[in-house]
Amino acid sequence: MELIPMEYYLVVSSIMFFAGIYGFITRKNLIAVLISVELVLTSTDINFAVFNRFLFPGHLEGMFFTLFSIGISAAETAVAIAIIINIYRNIKNVEVRNLKKLKD
Amino acid sequence: MNLLSIFVVIPVLMLAGLFLSRTRQQARVISATGASLLLVAAVVLGVLFAAERHAGNTAEMLFTASAQWFPAWNIGYSVGVDGISVLMILLSAIIVFTGIFTSWNIDPLPKEYFMWFCLLSTGVFGFFISLDLFTMFMFYEVALIPMYLLIGVWGSGKKEYAAMKLTLMLMAGSALLMLGILGIYFGSGATSMNIMEIAQSSIPMALQKFFFPLTFIGFGVLGALFPFHTWSPDGHASAPTAVSMLHAGVLMKLGGYGCFRVAMFLMPEAANELAWIFLILTGISVVYGAFSACVQKDLKYINAYSSVSHCGLVLFALLMMNTTAMTGAIMQMLSHGLMTALFFALIGMIYGRTHTRDIREMGGLMKIMPFLGVAYVIAGLASLGLPGLSGFVAEMNVFVGSFQHSDTFHRVLTLIAVTSIVITAVYILRVIGKILYGPVQNQAHLKLTDAVWFERLPVVVLIIAIASIGLYPGWIAEWIHQALAPIVESLTVAAL
Amino acid sequence: MEYTLFILILPLIGFLSLGLLGTRLKGKTAGYVGTALLAATAILAYITAWQYFSTPGVDGIRPTLIPLNWEWMRFTEHLHIDLGILLDPISVMMLVVISTVSLMVHIYSLGYMEGEKGFQRYYAFLGLFTFSMCGLVVATNIFQMYIFWELVGVSSYLLIGFYYTKPEAVAASKKAFIVTRFADMFFLIGILLLSYFTKTFDFGLLCSGEENLFASAAGKTFMGGAVLSWAMALIFIGAAGKSAMFPLHIWLPDAMEGPTPVSALIHAATMVVAGVYLVARLFPVYYFFTPEVLHGIAYVAAFTALYAAIVACVQTDIKRVLAFSTISQIGFMLVALGVSGMGTVEANGLESHEGLGYMASMFHLFTHAMFKALLFMGAGAIIHTVHSNEMSRMGGLRKQMPITHITFLVACLAIAGIPPFSGFFSKDEILTATFMFKPWLGVTMTFIAALTAFYMFRLYYNIFWGKPAQHDHPLHEAPSSMTSPLVFLALVTVVAGFIPFGKFVSSTGAAYIIHLDWKVALTSVIIALVSIFIAWKLYCKGSSKVPDKVAGFFGPLYTAAKHRFYIDEVYQFITHKIIFRCISQPLAWFDRHVIDGILNGIAWITCRGSLAFRWMQTGQLQSYALLLLCGCLLLLCIGLFR
Repeated sequence: MELIPMEYYLVVSSIMFFAGIYGFITRKNLIAVLISVELVLTSTDINFAVFNRFLFPGHLEGMFFTLFSIGISAAETAVAIAIIINIYRNIKNVEVRNLKKLKD
Repeated sequence: MNLLSIFVVIPVLMLAGLFLSRTRQQARVISATGASLLLVAAVVLGVLFAAERHAGNTAEMLFTASAQWFPAWNIGYSVGVDGISVLMILLSAIIVFTGIFTSWNIDPLPKEYFMWFCLLSTGVFGFFISLDLFTMFMFYEVALIPMYLLIGVWGSGKKEYAAMKLTLMLMAGSALLMLGILGIYFGSGATSMNIMEIAQSSIPMALQKFFFPLTFIGFGVLGALFPFHTWSPDGHASAPTAVSMLHAGVLMKLGGYGCFRVAMFLMPEAANELAWIFLILTGISVVYGAFSACVQKDLKYINAYSSVSHCGLVLFALLMMNTTAMTGAIMQMLSHGLMTALFFALIGMIYGRTHTRDIREMGGLMKIMPFLGVAYVIAGLASLGLPGLSGFVAEMNVFVGSFQHSDTFHRVLTLIAVTSIVITAVYILRVIGKILYGPVQNQAHLKLTDAVWFERLPVVVLIIAIASIGLYPGWIAEWIHQALAPIVESLTVAAL
Repeated sequence: MEYTLFILILPLIGFLSLGLLGTRLKGKTAGYVGTALLAATAILAYITAWQYFSTPGVDGIRPTLIPLNWEWMRFTEHLHIDLGILLDPISVMMLVVISTVSLMVHIYSLGYMEGEKGFQRYYAFLGLFTFSMCGLVVATNIFQMYIFWELVGVSSYLLIGFYYTKPEAVAASKKAFIVTRFADMFFLIGILLLSYFTKTFDFGLLCSGEENLFASAAGKTFMGGAVLSWAMALIFIGAAGKSAMFPLHIWLPDAMEGPTPVSALIHAATMVVAGVYLVARLFPVYYFFTPEVLHGIAYVAAFTALYAAIVACVQTDIKRVLAFSTISQIGFMLVALGVSGMGTVEANGLESHEGLGYMASMFHLFTHAMFKALLFMGAGAIIHTVHSNEMSRMGGLRKQMPITHITFLVACLAIAGIPPFSGFFSKDEILTATFMFKPWLGVTMTFIAALTAFYMFRLYYNIFWGKPAQHDHPLHEAPSSMTSPLVFLALVTVVAGFIPFGKFVSSTGAAYIIHLDWKVALTSVIIALVSIFIAWKLYCKGSSKVPDKVAGFFGPLYTAAKHRFYIDEVYQFITHKIIFRCISQPLAWFDRHVIDGILNGIAWITCRGSLAFRWMQTGQLQSYALLLLCGCLLLLCIGLFR
């Protein structure tokens, strides 16, 4: 069976990565920003797995790291969602541009 | 534990005690006890020091101790005192003691006030006992920063502006100072930040020429060197009484002390070479401060400008670089510290009663509050250099010493400085005549009362100190001579 | 003679005890304590004088004794301030004068100041003054003198401002202090200059006439004058300030705002002659090394004497007349010193004629202290009764106040120079000395003596004769505590002229035998009598129109003299208009606006600068992320295409 070349994976993960970056910069909604951050993280997870699979087939560190990273991102999402909920309670919306209490 | 460390430990313990205190009364008691302990410790130190010297111990620094606390940069906690430091510690102890009593009824937040006050005194004592450049600098900063809050929170008038101005100017000064200290350390190539060790090695002239002005100005800002003195009128006018006392009485002395202990002692060649610039600046300070004081209307401004003039004389005399003039400078530090503290204490007490510091709105107060009036006259007489009070001995040492230079430049400057004794008389008598004598200006003032015990105590202590220096200057002169010997020697050697 | 120290200590104890505990003492207790201490001081002074003058000196020359000398403060190897006691003829004479007049004033004040608020304070200050003045005269070195010089200045300040609720008194005390302080500054500079070259403050060394001492100053000049002359001239300025010489005399007339006994003690008899004493003390230095300064002193003093005498003729305030008279008489003393030479000891052990002026000056100082104190105390008794200083409120008082009248008359005759009263003898010696120096100066001084007689008798007739003024309270003689000092001083004034003063005090210390120069004496007496006659004609009846006509005749001169030749206005102009308006205020403005302005400017620039960058700090995480990304890309590009 012919393997799907590594570059294909990388293209997908790059697209995801830059989509994430783009989303992080342009989205107005905090939830959308969070989703974008998740995209970035996930794209790196894919990279870890791919590199592990193609470059060091005998090892499993990349895989473990991916799992580890997924765990972290889950925790991070939970914290972020909690913060966002709190923000919502305070200002009744989750728009990024309204978060300027500390600035003024 | 080293005897000198007590002076840092006591204020720190006071801080802890104050932190735990709950009521105003507790805060007062803790502060008063601590301050009394400090005073006792300072007197004991003086006695022990005298005993050591009497026993024939001629080491430059006594009671030395040192410990490394940042080995990578050779920063250590090294302490030690010579005659001048002992006198400065005595002065600080007296002023902290009297300051606590003058702020007996401070409002609001007495506990916090006393805590900051203690921190300030930690810095002051730490500075005078330190021999390590970096530790010295650290204590210097510790002494400066509480000032910001003390003025900003407990001050009066344009307090935010004044606090900001004072802190920023002094911080700018300490930035220069930091550079200067680093320059000294690296320039000397010494393996320690200890002043006495750095003094053994010499710094290349090119570096000295660059770093001497930085260090001198850095300390000079605190010593009210013209034209870096304008923090003083605003700062003193806005600060609460005891803070003005401590600031004018002790903190400004940090400047003068640093000038000769660090700048001139460690960089004698540059000091000789560049002294003329600073002599002119300090000469201006002396006359300029006095003239400016003549037309002020706020009591505290008058005193602040008079401080500029008197502290100018301190730096002026230091730069004259002979034993007599420098002795005069040290005496002037003590004398100015005591009498300006007395002045500020009295002004605070008068202000507390009349609620004005404008001399045009007061008059005939002598009749209403004779104790404060008499004390004010005594302070005034000390300030204008009446024999028998401390100002006279200091000024005479300065003038006679400065006049021993054989060149016209130094002597003309001396003559210019001498004119300040007349101008001082003008503004002191003007104030006394306006506020104490004459008919009562404001009928509401007739109901005011004279000083109570916790106000009398500091006043009496300060007057006794002023008179004891003025009547018998011999004992301090001896200590100062001995302490100055190495400094003057290095300066004379450098001049050749 | 260590006990002389107590002459200083007793008044000091008085000052400290009354100053600290005075308010606890009831009624006149403070006065009695002060007087008792002063009486002890006076007795000690007399014992000292007796012991000193009765000890024969070596070869008939009176020795200089230094019973005590402590080093108080050391400046340099050579220069140190000592505190000690120096006894020589003039200092012993001064001790006697000071303690006598002070004692009289203490007794007199028991009556004069009775019931005044601050009675204890008054006696405390008197003690301080007596202490400082005694310390001044026994100074062993010039710096000790300077110390006590300042202290007497302060006691004078405190006593002039005794009635501190009166604005005039406050202004007068301030003026007195500042003017003398201004002069003291020159004194200090003079001391600095002198000590720089001679390397000593010690009077003994300075007056030894040692050439080597002044060798280092030889040939050094400053602005065309020898440095030594400058130094001595500066020291004289200090003396002129205390002794109210023109143009530094302006404080003395104003100082009359103080209580009258104080004027008698400080501003007539003792403190104001401190300048004369200083010149006398340094006389050898002046004479041997800077004779031109000495002559300058004579001219300044002569001018002052003339000026003050003219002004005194037109003043209407009784104390002001006496004040100007004091200035004029001090002028006489300084003229005498200025024209004097240094006597030489002749084969018979007596002193030659050259030292006449010195002796005459000291003699006049002594007699003047007595009769001028008497005049002031008499004036005080009158003011005490009349409640006014103005002559117009007096008149015809001879009936109500017989004792005051007689004693005042004695003093007037003495100051006018009528024999056999003491002033005649001393003034006559001064005139003789000036004639010996320059005849025209002698003529001038004789004219001034005539003026003196005139204005004193103008005062006398206006007060005790003339037209009585209306009073709504009965006038009465002063109490005995006030009249007894008057009588005592009057007696002294009568007999003091017969003291063979030259035997005690002379320029070399050898005895000097006073000879009256009959020509001089006769002219001066005749002229004085003529002046008195004119005064009698003009003022005795109190209804004469002549004074007004005379005033009209002199017109501008009269007005100018009445305003003391506008010297005060000149000072007012200089201090207020020039120093305050043109120096102090611009400096204060400069400080507030330029220096502070620069600082505030720096702060403002910092602020503006920060605002310029503020837009970069949006607070939006996303824009930061964008910038971060751009930065990363940039770095990447740099890394790749380097």
